[in-house]
Amino acid sequence: MCGIAGIIYRDEGVEHQVGRDMTAMLQAMKHRGPDSTGYALYRPEAEGYVMHVKLAEANGHQDFDLGERLGRQRADIEARMKASGATINTIDSTTTDHAMTVSFGFEGDLKRLADYVEDVRDAEVLSLGRSLEIIKDLGDAATVAADYNLDEFIGTHAIGHARMATESDVDIANAHPYWAYPFPDVAVVHNGQLTNYHQWRRRLERAGHRFQSECDSEIIAVYLAERMAQGDSLEDSMRRSLSELDGVFTYICVTEDALGVAKDELGAKPLVLYESDDIVALASEEIAIRKVVDHEIETYDPYEGAVMVWTT
Amino acid sequence: MDDVTITYDPRGLVELDGTIPKVAETDGERAVLDARELSTRKINAELRWLLYEQGVKEVTILNPSARHSLGVGILTRCRITFEGSLGYFGCGLGDGAEFQINGRVGWSVAENMMSGAVVIESNAGSLAGAALRGGDLVVKGQVGARTGIDQKGGTILVLGSAGSMTGFMMQRGRQIICGDVGPGLGDSMYDGTIYVGGKVAALGIDCVEGEWTDADTELIERKFRIYGLGAPPEFTKFVCGKKLYNYDSLEPSERKLVL
Repeated sequence: MCGIAGIIYRDEGVEHQVGRDMTAMLQAMKHRGPDSTGYALYRPEAEGYVMHVKLAEANGHQDFDLGERLGRQRADIEARMKASGATINTIDSTTTDHAMTVSFGFEGDLKRLADYVEDVRDAEVLSLGRSLEIIKDLGDAATVAADYNLDEFIGTHAIGHARMATESDVDIANAHPYWAYPFPDVAVVHNGQLTNYHQWRRRLERAGHRFQSECDSEIIAVYLAERMAQGDSLEDSMRRSLSELDGVFTYICVTEDALGVAKDELGAKPLVLYESDDIVALASEEIAIRKVVDHEIETYDPYEGAVMVWTT
Repeated sequence: MDDVTITYDPRGLVELDGTIPKVAETDGERAVLDARELSTRKINAELRWLLYEQGVKEVTILNPSARHSLGVGILTRCRITFEGSLGYFGCGLGDGAEFQINGRVGWSVAENMMSGAVVIESNAGSLAGAALRGGDLVVKGQVGARTGIDQKGGTILVLGSAGSMTGFMMQRGRQIICGDVGPGLGDSMYDGTIYVGGKVAALGIDCVEGEWTDADTELIERKFRIYGLGAPPEFTKFVCGKKLYNYDSLEPSERKLVL
């Protein structure tokens, strides 16, 4: 089933606790998917890059050496980044043990850096960008938000996902959102099933893209990244995806300065939209939007085949 | 578990958390219920208590906050007003109740209604009036996809536009859509009538234009008059082409037996 949500603030110059708002939206849709919760959050004008790395699965094998291994992985990643020419500003260790957040300055090729970091055993780069941060872990929104201190996150826009696993395992690798590796600042959440997944995966792998999970939704992120790399706009890429991706879906894609949503041509998956001068909020169910807008509002369901894009 | 009281609803509803909050402000046959602090179960339990045991005929519910399954299974003549939006399955499985919703509704509003009326001031999600058996569903805004899927009776009246597969597998009843409709209108319908005021993106399988009669004019004018919707626009009538009707032909194995 899965619940997806997106929020974008349009009132300039006002700080918003986007982490807290997204948590409220996702928690309201916990009944749509309690397996894992994920966020893609955007901060305004970050200096340098922020990278989130997963070091181990939250529900993986917890042996006696785990602590030592995690420590080794952290040191290894730090060393590799320095060797690649990155100047590390902070390494955040306040989050859970099995994840790592690094903020750093870098001038070179991001894909090479990301590949080099992922070469560390069990490491997976969840997100990398100037403003994008992807946080995903097992449990409901309140749990994940508390673990990663998301209530304090000030930002411009965000998407989120409450997952009910249908096609693949319950673990962090298969949790949304997906980062469009290696394109900085692009992420996707998806509600639905894609039926031509294997076809697209083979096609994109031949084109040199890497996949981290078995989840059909990862295709959308890589597909859009591929289109945009070839010069298409976000909106054109999304419009094209309606005919090229098969199955039932509503997905939300975010970039550094835009948020877009697309619905399949059957309108099989829900989406409710609220749009005002200050805010655009969209979610699988209106109950989520009500958590961030306290007055009576006019909302509607976009129709099948709808593609909409808003910019910050 | 000692403090759990099992309450037997007069209509047969049993639930473990069945204590009725009894917080509505009642004035004779009218009551006002502020639902802000109540769970879905408590709201529905309170509603039943008011209607079935307190003799209340008119209930206003404040702050429904788009929650799911509110006002479900009400089987008595009454008038219920929601001041705000509802989530999924709102006002479903009803028989005789009149609902007024001053807001929007999610998916599957008034599904399986036997009789009564549901009037929505704003938009409705997909599957509005799914498997409707009787009564009137009036949406003053737009509706999503698959409106009146499997409809078996009653009337669905939409002032705005409708999405794809409107009237999918409809079996009886009427739909009056004043705006445009998406692709697949009346796909695989068995019977019933769909009136469309705007443009049709594409007809579904076995849906054809029907012949207009005086009864059609009378029906539309009557429904518009009842709900105070002004003068109706021009409509085109769509019915089942009955090309897929094969009910009286036997299965090949059965035919062998007969012969």
